[in-house]
Amino acid sequence: MSTLLETENLSIAFGGITAVDQVSLAVAPGQIHSIIGPNGAGKTTLFNLISGLYQPSSGRVKLAGEEVTGLPPEQLARRGLSRSFQNLQIFFRMSAVENVMVGCHRHERTGILSHLLALPNVRAENRNSREIAMAQLARVGLADLAEKEAGSLSYGALKRLEIARALATEPRILLLDEPAAGCNPVETEEIDRVIHDVAKAGIAILLVEHDMRLVMRISDEITVLERGRKLVSGKPEAVREDPRVIAAYLGTFGSEEANRA
Amino acid sequence: MPELLQFAFSGLTVGAVYALVALGFTLIYNASDVVNFAQGEFVMLGGMITVFLHLAGLPIPVAAFAAILITVLVGLALYAFAIDLARGSGAVQIIIITIGASIFLRGVAQVIFDKRFHALPAWFGSEPIRLGGAAILPQSLVVLAGAALIVALIFLMIDRTILGRAILATATNRLAARLVGIPVRRIVALSFALSAAIGAVAGLLVTPITLTSYDVGTLMALKGFAAAMLGGMGSAPGAIVGGVLLGLAESFGAGLISSKYKDAIAFLIILFTLFVRPQGLFGKRSTERV
Amino acid sequence: MERLLRNRWALVVALALILAALPLVFPSNYYFRVAALVNIFALAAIGLNLLMGYAGQVSLGHAGFMGIGAYAVAIGASRFGLNGAVAMLAGAAMAGLLAFLVGRPILRLKGHYLAVATLGLGLLISMVLTNEAGWTGGPDGMAVPRLELFGTRLRGPDTWYMITAGALVLGVILALNLIESPTGRAMRAIHDSEIAARVVGVDVAAYKLKIFVISAVYASIAGSLMAFLNGHITPDGTAGFLRSVELVTMVVLGGLGSVLGAIVGAAMLVILPQALTIFHEYEHLLLGLIIMASMILLPRGVIPSLLARLRGGGA
Repeated sequence: MSTLLETENLSIAFGGITAVDQVSLAVAPGQIHSIIGPNGAGKTTLFNLISGLYQPSSGRVKLAGEEVTGLPPEQLARRGLSRSFQNLQIFFRMSAVENVMVGCHRHERTGILSHLLALPNVRAENRNSREIAMAQLARVGLADLAEKEAGSLSYGALKRLEIARALATEPRILLLDEPAAGCNPVETEEIDRVIHDVAKAGIAILLVEHDMRLVMRISDEITVLERGRKLVSGKPEAVREDPRVIAAYLGTFGSEEANRA
Repeated sequence: MPELLQFAFSGLTVGAVYALVALGFTLIYNASDVVNFAQGEFVMLGGMITVFLHLAGLPIPVAAFAAILITVLVGLALYAFAIDLARGSGAVQIIIITIGASIFLRGVAQVIFDKRFHALPAWFGSEPIRLGGAAILPQSLVVLAGAALIVALIFLMIDRTILGRAILATATNRLAARLVGIPVRRIVALSFALSAAIGAVAGLLVTPITLTSYDVGTLMALKGFAAAMLGGMGSAPGAIVGGVLLGLAESFGAGLISSKYKDAIAFLIILFTLFVRPQGLFGKRSTERV
Repeated sequence: MERLLRNRWALVVALALILAALPLVFPSNYYFRVAALVNIFALAAIGLNLLMGYAGQVSLGHAGFMGIGAYAVAIGASRFGLNGAVAMLAGAAMAGLLAFLVGRPILRLKGHYLAVATLGLGLLISMVLTNEAGWTGGPDGMAVPRLELFGTRLRGPDTWYMITAGALVLGVILALNLIESPTGRAMRAIHDSEIAARVVGVDVAAYKLKIFVISAVYASIAGSLMAFLNGHITPDGTAGFLRSVELVTMVVLGGLGSVLGAIVGAAMLVILPQALTIFHEYEHLLLGLIIMASMILLPRGVIPSLLARLRGGGA
């Protein structure tokens, strides 16, 4: 299996604290690779490094064999990497379908002068982007809410809206940061279905998620982070049985989850 | 050489006034996130009320005290009848309200007082003191000493009193402050009162040197805001350093380069500082959390 | 009604009809003059609203670009013998170029820091206009030669009312087009979340710069028109800090993110002071009170608050 995304010894330190420490991992097209670990293990920081929001202190990121370390997010998006956010980053003043249309941005070709004049090619492009956006909304089950202002949607819907928006960029790899957090079981099931569907389309998925049942069910591979370091990496069954994981991580996490329930 | 000393002194004097205005901005901003563009009007009121009470026959110290008191009441009224009513509005909206307040206060001053320039007698005469070839107005020393005293008092209060701790707590995290029982709205009202008092003192200290009129507030607000941003919004030491630097930049710019472009030089310095440090000299860099 | 306000072509047609009908009820030239001023400021406010209300970037120095437009036609015509219309275009190009050159570093700043940087930029422009008296006539300003088109001298407030009304309608159409385009979506996205815009491939810095340039050009054209209308310009009257504040107030008062709001805001702030002059010395006092009261009562601005009410209780 060829790798699409690869990190090599990726590290970042904030004021002496190493938040992500020498993390190496690889994701192949169509593969679902989950990152798990207790709160503060550095999962979101790792995502911010890979998606170009933070500059790594050391290490490299490769996308489809090409080095992309330190590239800004907009350039990574153009190379086929997009993501969702743990804390929602929604365009609240725009309608749901417009949110997703922003995701079409990297395929839009008309220039600003034609935008001012609303030339026919702009109108065609608007229609085209709207069609793509509608298709992505349908893909995540939000077609009915397309014209609603995003600010008025439920939390669970917004989580899926972010996925639809990222999908509209036609990514080769999608980073999903806790897509099921705060979702009810029905919505979680829906997200499960969406992730499967996306992976089946050949898109690589890097997933951070606290819902262990979801993670164990859908992951092809799991990497466990603890205090910024990679603890274990492997198939779900192997990770679940790994004594180090049980000792160092699942124990504390299990009680955490019990507290939540 | 004597010219440089001269520039330094006049720069420090003007800078001290800017620093006070910037400190007023900072106090209110920290307590409430409000950028109060009416801050300059407090300076105007401090000067103008002293002038007119003095003209009405009150001795200057009494007039000055009354001016500070009245300005504080104006500050409290601004909070109670405008800012507090607009709780929950966006930052820009609140700025517009304070701009409206500043136009209003200018309008009131124009009606109650007049549109002419007014002076106050200097506290210790106007015979310049000679120092290393430079001539220093005694009033400049009064301004510097007064500013230093106010700054010291504010810092002592914040550092040493329960009230100061409450202000600090409110500035750090309003919700948490409310949860531990700090009366946040009263603290914000207090910050308006304090800022008004600081502005009024700055106004009456500097009036013997620069004169005052109903419309000096706009420029003061502009310079004070710029100084606060140069120092880093929300940082009290930053406000003071920013104010002094701005005053010095103007003074040296006017003396060495071009007096017509003194404000331009000051703002060029601010622009370049912000290009290098987008969060101001003392501001904390904010990392966006996602 | 709400539908009508939302449909952009309905808005344009309604605006054009109102602008065309107003002269029928204007009793004197004075009314034409004030209405022309409304048109001019509305044009500048629409441009600024693209930057502030849609892209979410504040500018406290926008009058500086008005000043460039105003002085371009005055200096271009009197010193270089340019036709006024050509000078107006040259001014717009200069304003756009300046915005382009300084925009990138300035627009990296956020919030209040951006406010102070743009404030500084506006101040620098107005200082150059004040101090380079050899070119600009200094603080007292300079006369603006009448615009001559196709051999006729354009004078009279009624003529300028028609011209500015045309410019306003054109400005509205272009702005509405932009808002509903890929650029418009990108800039509205930037307003709500720069990070989310970036991860879907929007070059945030580039778009901020584009909008800044466009809004500078709007302001410059408005400045040129004001110079033609008034026949005499001063640095403070065109480029001063208070003018910049006035523009921002128009945008916020009328409603951030509403083209119609910018027009309403401009109308309020142009007509109010004229109307308040009958209160003589109470003029500023009342103006300040009205600005405060409307911002407290209608925090989202006149038009958005009105729309929310029409929609039924602001749901």
